Amino acid sequence: MIISAALSESIAKLLTMKKEILQALLDTFIMLGISTTVAILIGGIFGIFLFLSSDRQFLQNKTAYAILGGITNFVRAFPFVILMIAMSPFTKAIVGTGIGPIAASLVLAIAGSFYFARLVEQNLREVPRGIIEATESMGAPPFTIIKVLLNEARSGIVSSVTILSISLLSFSAAAGMIGGGGLGDLAIRYGYYRYQTEVMVFIVILLSVMVILIQAGGNLLAQRLDKR
Amino acid sequence: MIDMIVLNDVSKRFMSDRSVKDKAGKPHWFTAVQPTSLRIKKGEIFGLMGYSGAGKSTLLRLINLLERPDGGQVIIDDEDLTSLSASDLRVARHNIGMIFQQFNLMSNRTVYDNIAFNLKVAGYPSKDIHARVMACLDIVDLNDRAQHYPAQLSGGQKQRVGIARAIAPNPKVLLADEPTSALDPATTRSLLTCLRDINEKLGVTIVIVTHEMSVIRRLCNRVALLHQGELLEVADISDGAIQATTPIGQGLILED
Repeated sequence: MIISAALSESIAKLLTMKKEILQALLDTFIMLGISTTVAILIGGIFGIFLFLSSDRQFLQNKTAYAILGGITNFVRAFPFVILMIAMSPFTKAIVGTGIGPIAASLVLAIAGSFYFARLVEQNLREVPRGIIEATESMGAPPFTIIKVLLNEARSGIVSSVTILSISLLSFSAAAGMIGGGGLGDLAIRYGYYRYQTEVMVFIVILLSVMVILIQAGGNLLAQRLDKR
Repeated sequence: MIDMIVLNDVSKRFMSDRSVKDKAGKPHWFTAVQPTSLRIKKGEIFGLMGYSGAGKSTLLRLINLLERPDGGQVIIDDEDLTSLSASDLRVARHNIGMIFQQFNLMSNRTVYDNIAFNLKVAGYPSKDIHARVMACLDIVDLNDRAQHYPAQLSGGQKQRVGIARAIAPNPKVLLADEPTSALDPATTRSLLTCLRDINEKLGVTIVIVTHEMSVIRRLCNRVALLHQGELLEVADISDGAIQATTPIGQGLILED
């Protein structure tokens, strides 16, 4: 009786915040959507070059690999919150503001790009070398070999996109701390600073459901694409 | 008879493990193929035979420049491959098919698409690709497997797809790198028949690397006997009998 009363009271409180929660959900989707898309494009290309410039690949170049790898390690070494602060002059120059979901998306995209680059490099490394050689022996140009590589690694790359988007979802909560908005921001402002535990619990459940859905969707797609 | 493949003093060495250095602090080099000259005739089936480490696979890979020789020339059908630009070499490779011990089929493409892929790379007219893929599948007797993925095939079937893929653009030369080493004896026999048919019907010059003497006996017209990167001799084969003159060569052909 007491439990159900407490529950209905919590639900009533949450309902009064419907607008804020929906806005936060939208902000999170914006951050996740922009940053994941950009990270896949930039990080994907970066990862391909990381792989191709590495030892025994057809663009093998020690200096290039060291520089690309160095940049990747450098950016990945930043704690996300510090990267956000460090990048604020840059985000201001591009989006006109250092705060808000769009500005946060930019920082998330950069952090995500270098993370994804390493994942893609690893995915490409799992393609048997013989397949690249067979393609070379046919007289395929470099761009065609890259297409073959990506197609052979596609299942792993989809898994990497899954990992990337879940990581960015989690990073986006941290982005909220410095004005990024989104669910993480709401959880901290209401759930922590204002002692509204039910807000925090609800948001954690919401985030968990999102993670479960992304992971399940990613697994299903990766499995469908894998013909090995 | 006209020479299809001429190797003039080709050689290849590799840097062994970077951590291994000699007393002077220089990395250690390992000679895989000592300067070797060889002439392979148009339309013949030529074997490269030796113990592991003899350099036979490296020698084969020098023919299509998958390994670029440190010195010497590789001439195929009167064209010096070693002097070609990267893009001309790609065109020249359309005339040199290759099959591998581990098949190296693209696992995320169907049998049909694996073969069609090579035709596209070779610049085959797109309207003719379908007919050509089906014709090649017919040659290797796998018409009913066109829409299967490689993972759904047996080893022998995979190798036959490899052959169909390699011969699809009508190459003049087919390089075979230990094509039967991953297969059981019965499958090996049917595969050798398949290779012989292709040689006889299409006139493709075949160079085959193997360590199995039985493969050489059944298939080849001539065989180069290799030992530790050195070409010992080229022996003729008639009715399955091989005439070797060097002591190590005689030892090699006594195997199995």
